[in-house]
Amino acid sequence: MVIDTVRCVGCMDCVVACKTENQVPEGYNRDWIAYDVQGTFPTLHMEIRSERCNHCDSPPCVHCCPTGASHVHDVGGVVLVDYDKCIGCKACVASCPYGARFINPDGYAEKCTFCIHRVEQGLKPACVSVCPTHCMHFGDLDDPNSDVSQLLASRKHHTLMPEAGTKPRIFYLT
Amino acid sequence: MGFVSRRKFLKISAATITVASAGAARAKGSARADAAAAKRPVKGVQTIPTYCDVCFWKCGAIASVRDGALWKIEGNPADPLSRGRLCPRGTGGIGAHSDPDRLKRPLIRTSERGKEVWKEVSWDEAFAYIANKMHAIKATYGPESVAMFSHGVGGTFLKHTLKAYGTPNFAAPSFAQCRGPRDVGFNLTFGEEVGSPERTDIKNAQCLVLIGSHLGENMHNTQVQEFAEAIGNGASIIVVDPRYSVAASKAKHYLPIKPGTDIALLLAWMNVLVSEGLYDKQYVADHGFGFDQFAASIASYTPEWAYPETGIEPAVIRATAREMARFSPATLVHPGRHAAWYGDDAQRSRAVALLNALLGSWGRKGGFYAPVSMNVPGYPYPAYPAAAKPKVDNPGNKYPFAHEALSTGIREATITGQPYPIKGWFVYATNLIQSLPNTPETIKAIQNLDLLVVVDVIPSEIAGWADVVLPESVYLERHDDLNVEWFREPFVALRQPVIASPHDQKPNWWIAKRLAETLGLGHYYPWKDIEEYLDHRLTAAGLSFAELKEKGIILGAPQPIFYAEGAPMDFPTPSGKIEFFSLQLQQAGFDPVPVYHRPADGPPGSFRLLFGRAPVHSFSRTQSNRILSDMMDENEIWINADVARRMELKSGDYVRLTNQDQVVSNPIRVKATERIRADSVYMVHGFGHTSRGLKHAYLKGASDSQLVTRYVTDPLMGGTGMNVNFVTIEQEVTLG
Amino acid sequence: MQELTITRHNEMIDPVLHIWSWQIPVYLFIGGLVAGIMIISGYFVLQGQYKRNVFSCFYLPHISLVLLTGGMTSLFLDLEHKLYVWRLYTTFQWTSPMSWGSWILVIIYPVLWSITLIRIPEQFQGKIPVFDRLSALINRHPQLIKNIGILNMLLGVLLGMYTGVLLSAFGARPLWNSAMLWMLFLVSGLSAAAAFVHLITTDEYERELLAKADNAFLTLELFVFGGFITGLLTSTRVHIEAVKLILVGPFAPYFWVLVIGLGIVLPLTLQLLAVNHKVKHSPVPPLLVLAGGLALRFVIVYAGQFSHWT
Ligand SMILES: Nc1nc2c(c(=O)[nH]1)N[C@H]1C(S)=C(S)[C@@H](COP(=O)(O)OP(=O)(O)OC[C@H]3O[C@@H](n4cnc5c(=O)[nH]c(N)nc54)[C@H](O)[C@@H]3O)O[C@H]1N2
Ligand SMILES: Nc1nc2c(c(=O)[nH]1)N[C@H]1C(S)=C(S)[C@@H](COP(=O)(O)OP(=O)(O)OC[C@H]3O[C@@H](n4cnc5c(=O)[nH]c(N)nc54)[C@H](O)[C@@H]3O)O[C@H]1N2
Ligand code: SF4
Ligand code: SF4
Ligand code: SF4
Ligand code: SF4
Ligand code: SF4
Ligand SMILES: [Mo]
Repeated sequence: MVIDTVRCVGCMDCVVACKTENQVPEGYNRDWIAYDVQGTFPTLHMEIRSERCNHCDSPPCVHCCPTGASHVHDVGGVVLVDYDKCIGCKACVASCPYGARFINPDGYAEKCTFCIHRVEQGLKPACVSVCPTHCMHFGDLDDPNSDVSQLLASRKHHTLMPEAGTKPRIFYLT
Repeated sequence: MGFVSRRKFLKISAATITVASAGAARAKGSARADAAAAKRPVKGVQTIPTYCDVCFWKCGAIASVRDGALWKIEGNPADPLSRGRLCPRGTGGIGAHSDPDRLKRPLIRTSERGKEVWKEVSWDEAFAYIANKMHAIKATYGPESVAMFSHGVGGTFLKHTLKAYGTPNFAAPSFAQCRGPRDVGFNLTFGEEVGSPERTDIKNAQCLVLIGSHLGENMHNTQVQEFAEAIGNGASIIVVDPRYSVAASKAKHYLPIKPGTDIALLLAWMNVLVSEGLYDKQYVADHGFGFDQFAASIASYTPEWAYPETGIEPAVIRATAREMARFSPATLVHPGRHAAWYGDDAQRSRAVALLNALLGSWGRKGGFYAPVSMNVPGYPYPAYPAAAKPKVDNPGNKYPFAHEALSTGIREATITGQPYPIKGWFVYATNLIQSLPNTPETIKAIQNLDLLVVVDVIPSEIAGWADVVLPESVYLERHDDLNVEWFREPFVALRQPVIASPHDQKPNWWIAKRLAETLGLGHYYPWKDIEEYLDHRLTAAGLSFAELKEKGIILGAPQPIFYAEGAPMDFPTPSGKIEFFSLQLQQAGFDPVPVYHRPADGPPGSFRLLFGRAPVHSFSRTQSNRILSDMMDENEIWINADVARRMELKSGDYVRLTNQDQVVSNPIRVKATERIRADSVYMVHGFGHTSRGLKHAYLKGASDSQLVTRYVTDPLMGGTGMNVNFVTIEQEVTLG
Repeated sequence: MQELTITRHNEMIDPVLHIWSWQIPVYLFIGGLVAGIMIISGYFVLQGQYKRNVFSCFYLPHISLVLLTGGMTSLFLDLEHKLYVWRLYTTFQWTSPMSWGSWILVIIYPVLWSITLIRIPEQFQGKIPVFDRLSALINRHPQLIKNIGILNMLLGVLLGMYTGVLLSAFGARPLWNSAMLWMLFLVSGLSAAAAFVHLITTDEYERELLAKADNAFLTLELFVFGGFITGLLTSTRVHIEAVKLILVGPFAPYFWVLVIGLGIVLPLTLQLLAVNHKVKHSPVPPLLVLAGGLALRFVIVYAGQFSHWT
């Protein structure tokens, strides 16, 4: 996933859409907005980011899971939780440097699924398809012709906390 | 681990069901619980098109109902307003249907006004009660003594009933408290309004100037989408705001102006364009009227003059003026929408109009387009009884350029009884306690009434003051009138129910029709139900109701919207031209060309109270929507970081605000931030609810409305400038 | 000047992680204690001490079986999806310390229990014939007895290490992210176990011996602490921030007073005096050591959750 912080206005539509699409329980969010302000008034810079699970290439949440409930989806490398295997030990929650996971009131670990149920139907994730500024792009990072690859090739970008060593898979265009 | 596999996967899954379902099986756990598919088979999903009503933009939407339960709502791709994407409020709109704090049954007051003590009654009892009072008012004072406040499309049928009853008095807060000054300023200059949706061609603008228009927080959908397009196109963006808004963070030039001094900046900009000969000379020569007098009267407003007023360096004023000229006519100086700021707002808006005129952006690509619409005739009702008295809101044409009724004018008449008494209020979808300035005046007016009927969906503050409260079905549960919009392309949109009302709520058309019948005005409703009404209108327009039901939107043939494309080029002003110099203003005793007057400062040690929008809320109407309140369930008071440090306040502390009239706010959380001037504080409008019925939103955050006890009335058109209140800040000890 | 605002407000995650409360520290403490006990019992068995140390080699293992069950119960109590706990034992996830731990714990039960069969005290003999027969069988193979001792010491070390590795595996929690943590928990487990025996044994020889051992463990623990702290202090900014939490931050009082002061330094001095017969042996030092061990787990678990990246 590639997100253009230059277009994003921090409207939280992506958060609301995730809630309704995935019926995320009241009080919890799978995605959220970060407003990152630098400088002193009036010489300021603000980066607005829509954040969620980074579907890391080296996901500690999967490595530490004692039951295999947290797993890397055999296609697409999407990091998922099998709620029927989860014992709610919260190891994965502690292991995520981004705080991307939470414990659903029903007791299992929950987080962004990249809307796999939509992707499987050939749709884009709910947050991507709702975004009024079209600042989110979802596609194949390994296909050099995909618009995500094109964007990464043509524009400056960064990931979140690369130093944490999780190899995050969401890229922010600046 | 690459996403190669995802590509493969996407191919197959898109290709065949079997693979997709195999994929589903593989992703079992997650795919399951996602969208709670675990509990519900996806096969039970129906989609129904309608249009949104969480604000007045009226975006086309498609609601999904899964196994009889409302699941989600998305933009209708066929709709030019939403372009397939709703704003966060629209997306969260389904929360209005499931809001447990909703009004459920008709209520009649059993105690003092405002005590919120009720008895539940049947609809018939409610109508009988209302009809009696209305007959009595008609008998003693005449039908004109009932006035109606209504905001939004849902008011159509109740207005019809009250016109049939015989009153000419209808008003909405959207004129005097909102866009009125802007529309008047543009009317005086171009002979036409900006309208809603605004006729701004943001997406094609190469230079976009936003004066307080906080797009991105102000979430009027198409405006924001086009704003993002402009950003994407690398448009040069200039933002003028005392607060570092989201829009400011996208700007090439951010001008942190001293509040209330925008006219000075606008005059200085025009001064630069004229003195440096950078304006669109041909355009002005062809279409301008009184340019020389205009040029003469702005000659003294140099950037150096404007500097001490606005705090914007002359160099910056010149640079930005030249930037605008560079891209003209594709330079759009946005007219804003909520223009009721300081009482000189019609003149400020006129200055904005004039600046656009100098840049030649009116009628040009990247500026203002000429909106088009579809011809859908109204329903042929019997003629209304002629009102014996003129409208009450603007006696003796005190505000000569008010071309719509003044909500605050009706309030004034209700208090004074002049020019004639107002004894009944019908309030539809407007929370007057939060939307009109100086609440005590509103309450004083209410105390003079014999009848206050409020039609609402939740127990709002105004409902708390009503004699009769009528619970309406939310927009997702009802039909409304057609949306025949004036926009880039002609279209007609349908609102239709996607789900049933959970209790005894009824749609406005049913309420209006039944009330008319109870009043003995049944003959004004020749149609059986609204579907018959809609079918009649559509058939008259040669359109198919069936098709509209299925698609939600029917587009008309595109028409030219720019002069270059052949859009008609007329300026319905007295001179028939763009009036740089306005004789009608001069004749009415006003400045024919805008003049700057320095705004009054507040008491020492106080801060100017500014307010605006949060992307996830609409005014005071969404705070009890559980989905949206989950995004933001309290507002914050923005305080400049240095000021906060000096006052030993930090983000998260609770404070109370006291205004110049010693009105004290609810506790509100501090946001200590670099993003605002030191002389102002800022909060999001609509919070601090005091209606006990709003269990969830009750006393969460503070209400700007409560602190807006002062307002300056615009002498041209009666708009109420509300950015003229000042507050001091005290640490709140009990909370935080 | 940076100003970061985040709209997320998830329970247990924001503003700071707080997913684990008392259950986990208690579980880790008991785990360490039992680990220490296994090493001690195993050692006595190896030394052939079982012939006289009925306590360490019969009662102690029994007690630790109970303790262990208590520990596992406390872990169970922490689970949010309790009914699914059996999922732990339908798989082995080799990258997951928690998976290792849950399997180690099931192996420990029989191994610990096996010690108790070596020397069944008279009063219990003949009660359960099967046990007597097993006991007889074991005693016919002295080599087997040695192996039981070794196995217990080995598993003890493994268990002790695991209680530390469980936390240090969390790269996302800088305070835990130290290679010294397993050593720290192992040594602290040993000292706790020594103190425990010291406290409840009736055998003079044992008490004297374990008081001495305890002093050694406590001294060692101080050095390991040194290593743990300097290790983090010489690492990245986030790790320095993290260790500051216990050195000078909100957790400093608990760390310095409860863990270091009352948990190590005071009992150490008292016991040094005791073994040199300057003062009489008293239950106070061992009690302090046990309390200190528990406090250590609490401080590390709580402060660790508090610590985060950027
Ligand atoms: N202090 C202050 N005052 C302001 C403003 C401000 O920013 N600050 N903004 C001004 C502006 S720009 C405007 S446009 C006005 C807006 O003023 P209003 O139009 O009064 O807006 P709201 O406060 O949202 O009140 C809307 C009311 O309609 C009810 N409602 C919502 N949906 C329905 C429905 O489907 N049916 C019925 N019957 N009722 C419904 C809501 O519950 C609420 O009580 O306020 C103006 N006044
Ligand atoms: N999410 C959301 N969007 C909405 C609405 C909503 O309720 N919620 N309401 C809609 C409606 S009806 C309206 S009218 C619009 C209103 O929204 P807009 O017309 O865009 O903005 P205003 O409410 O006029 O003013 C708010 C901005 O003006 C700045 N400001 C305050 N004083 C001054 C000043 O003296 N000079 C300058 N240059 N700037 C100043 C404030 O800092 C703030 O950024 O929003 C529309 N969009
Ligand atoms: S919806 Fe789009 S613009 Fe709005 S916050 Fe999310 S990413 Fe940003
Ligand atoms: S962001 Fe967190 S939860 Fe998501 S994969 Fe990475 S570590 Fe796991
Ligand atoms: S909480 Fe569930 S998913 Fe997370 S580690 Fe424990 S078992 Fe695995
Ligand atoms: S991809 Fe789906 S689950 Fe993930 S944040 Fe977006 S909407 Fe939520
Ligand atoms: S702008 Fe948002 S709230 Fe307003 S109508 Fe459109 S979607 Fe609904
Ligand atoms: Mo408005």
